[in-house]
Amino acid sequence: MTAQQMTGAQMVVQALIDQGVDTVFGYPGGAVLPIYDEIFQQNQIRHILVRHEQGAAHAAEGYARSTGKPGVVLVTSGPGATNAVTGITDALMDSIPIVVLTGQVPTFMIGSDAFQEADTVGITRPCTKMNWLVRDTDALASTIHEAFHIATAGRPGPVLVDIPKDVQFASGTYTPPAKADLGHYAPKVKGDIDEITRLVEAMEKAERPVFYTGGGVINSGTAASQLLRELVGETGFPITSTLMGLGAYPASGDNWLGMLGMHGLYEANWAMHDCDLMINIGARFDDRITGLIDAFSPGSEKAHIDIDPSSINKVVSTDYPIIGDVGHVLEDLLRVWKARGRKTNKAGLQGWWAQIEDWKKVRCLDYANSTEIIKPQHALERLEALTKHRKDRFICTEVGQHQMWAAQYLGFDDPNHFMTSGGLGTMGYGLPASVGVQIAHPDALVVNVAGDASWLMNMQEMGTAVQFRAPIKQFILNNERLGMVRQWQELLHGERYSHSWSESLPDFVKLAEAFGAKGILCTDPADLDDAIMEMLNHDGPVIFDCVVEKHENCFPMIPSGKAHNEMLLGEAETQGVIDAKGSVLV
Amino acid sequence: MNALNIKQGSTSHSAYNLRPTFSDVQESHTITVVVDNEAGVLARVIGLFSGRGYNIESLTVAEVDHEGHRSRITVVTTGTPQVIEQIKAQLDRMVPVHEVHDLTVEGPAVERELALFKVIATGEHRVEALRLADIFRANVVDSTLGSFVFEITGTSEKVDAFADLMRPIGLSEMARTGIAALGRGI
Repeated sequence: MTAQQMTGAQMVVQALIDQGVDTVFGYPGGAVLPIYDEIFQQNQIRHILVRHEQGAAHAAEGYARSTGKPGVVLVTSGPGATNAVTGITDALMDSIPIVVLTGQVPTFMIGSDAFQEADTVGITRPCTKMNWLVRDTDALASTIHEAFHIATAGRPGPVLVDIPKDVQFASGTYTPPAKADLGHYAPKVKGDIDEITRLVEAMEKAERPVFYTGGGVINSGTAASQLLRELVGETGFPITSTLMGLGAYPASGDNWLGMLGMHGLYEANWAMHDCDLMINIGARFDDRITGLIDAFSPGSEKAHIDIDPSSINKVVSTDYPIIGDVGHVLEDLLRVWKARGRKTNKAGLQGWWAQIEDWKKVRCLDYANSTEIIKPQHALERLEALTKHRKDRFICTEVGQHQMWAAQYLGFDDPNHFMTSGGLGTMGYGLPASVGVQIAHPDALVVNVAGDASWLMNMQEMGTAVQFRAPIKQFILNNERLGMVRQWQELLHGERYSHSWSESLPDFVKLAEAFGAKGILCTDPADLDDAIMEMLNHDGPVIFDCVVEKHENCFPMIPSGKAHNEMLLGEAETQGVIDAKGSVLV
Repeated sequence: MNALNIKQGSTSHSAYNLRPTFSDVQESHTITVVVDNEAGVLARVIGLFSGRGYNIESLTVAEVDHEGHRSRITVVTTGTPQVIEQIKAQLDRMVPVHEVHDLTVEGPAVERELALFKVIATGEHRVEALRLADIFRANVVDSTLGSFVFEITGTSEKVDAFADLMRPIGLSEMARTGIAALGRGI
């Protein structure tokens, strides 16, 4: 094949096609006009016009997390790029592969404070896995191919390619993916077999083992989730997961303890605290998980399987460090464990499960229901009851109380079906993410469990949903509060509710109608099921305004600065529990 | 609970106490990093240090392989053993980074720094400056009737010692390169 000559803008489109991209989330502007001109003249790539560049990044995250493929963002220079920064940082924190293409002012104007000029690679250097400013059209295609490689290889993450406008106009030689120089980046995926064998030996003896799994299992691909299920089923060990890992092991599975962490389940956190062998698979000992680090699972040996060597020993010292891809390591782990005779400490496990059953009897998710007002937990229980039969149900969330309730009261049986902002905790994530998920899965049921405050942060994306006929369901638990902020102010700041309520919320039904969507208001628990069914049966985007109890707190809760075994279960225990040391933590 | 043989008092002591690697002692390490010499690579490395709150005591960088476009960054940093390990792991996972070596732990290494000293002195001080320079094997690279510029190469301690001696004699300005280092042997 002879080398293909084309313009930089044509190269961008060709490179995306060659990378198997079918969807781009973007917003045009002066510095990307040549690329938009090329997008106009082709039919292979679908462009979804968002309403704000932050929405493009979150939509790409939703697309990526629900498909396992990288999401693609196309925005202009200056404000286009800076608006995307929150979404890029979100993707970095949650290890979501997205490729962001930004326009830039022409190379000869860089540094002159030109109109809509920003130092995009400078601004995004700390919030991308890697970024590039392409100054030469001949290097453009190769750089885009390398960008896809780096976004998806090893621990996934966001990458950014900044493309000056003159580079888009100029002609050069197109480099196909097979000939692109992908650099030397090739993280190790196979775990050290001696370390894996040491871990198997420890698993054979452990009396009180627990699997603690995270987003790394999901990032490793569906095969990794299958291997995890096999490992859990064969060993009979209990398993808990972080927020990011929900769905890797099914919530309906026999060994499932529920989510752990600050708002995790009683039995999950106690199992973490009292275990003698903790097997961390693709999680990173985040502070939401560990609570007080000095009192974190004090009696256990810890194994840590992670593809990123910098995650090992970052927060918690590890006795069995295994660097590698979760899928590869689990495959070897299972093979070694089987070859050694499938041994477990049966007597120990029996006692351990008896203890866990005792913890489960606490029924930590029980709450006082009401016939007068909708309790947010009840709303989610009903949503779960009415939708859990659907294998094609995808749930997104915003950030706050509703997010934790969604993690507690909804059951996730498959990986890639729960999209949430874990690491960065980005309010405004859920609506655009649900657009991205729905675009990737047009016939699926995509529900964004939201709070009123978070939802308003990116509500403009309803316009995107309506324009592209994405029938997303926005399930807003409306307490007219910034619920989690309010809860912390109650616990930490003497019930002084500084700016944590909304005085002038929009009428969500009218808002839905203004966007050309359907609005549903529900205030009475007796109407809830019918209203949810109405939402589910509507073929189009819906804003569901579920007016809930305003002062409900999210429990269980490990107060900041406390250990797993010091969690609070309900209102009666909340006064004065966070000391001065804990109050500086977030 | 007791039936499960959970160690008595297992909740009362710190997880850290069980782990000798998590020491509080601050150590100084010389780390060399081989990187692709591309735009922004130094900013990337420095940004890692500032963004994560690591110390930089000395930093040198120059392209060492012009054909392969590789630069060698030598950084002297301090931290607890755990922080030092984190720094190395964080550097190693950066895309443009090829190699990370901790010369402090990887066996004996030579460390050298080059410094230029401007000394303004007349009369007896001028003679003394030359005598000290001779002792330290510093070269005179510029001279006027009232000043010298000395060039000195050595460990940072040697450069410090030379500076301490020159200061009362008339040291007016100093430029230091920071440390360049290589492992000894093959």
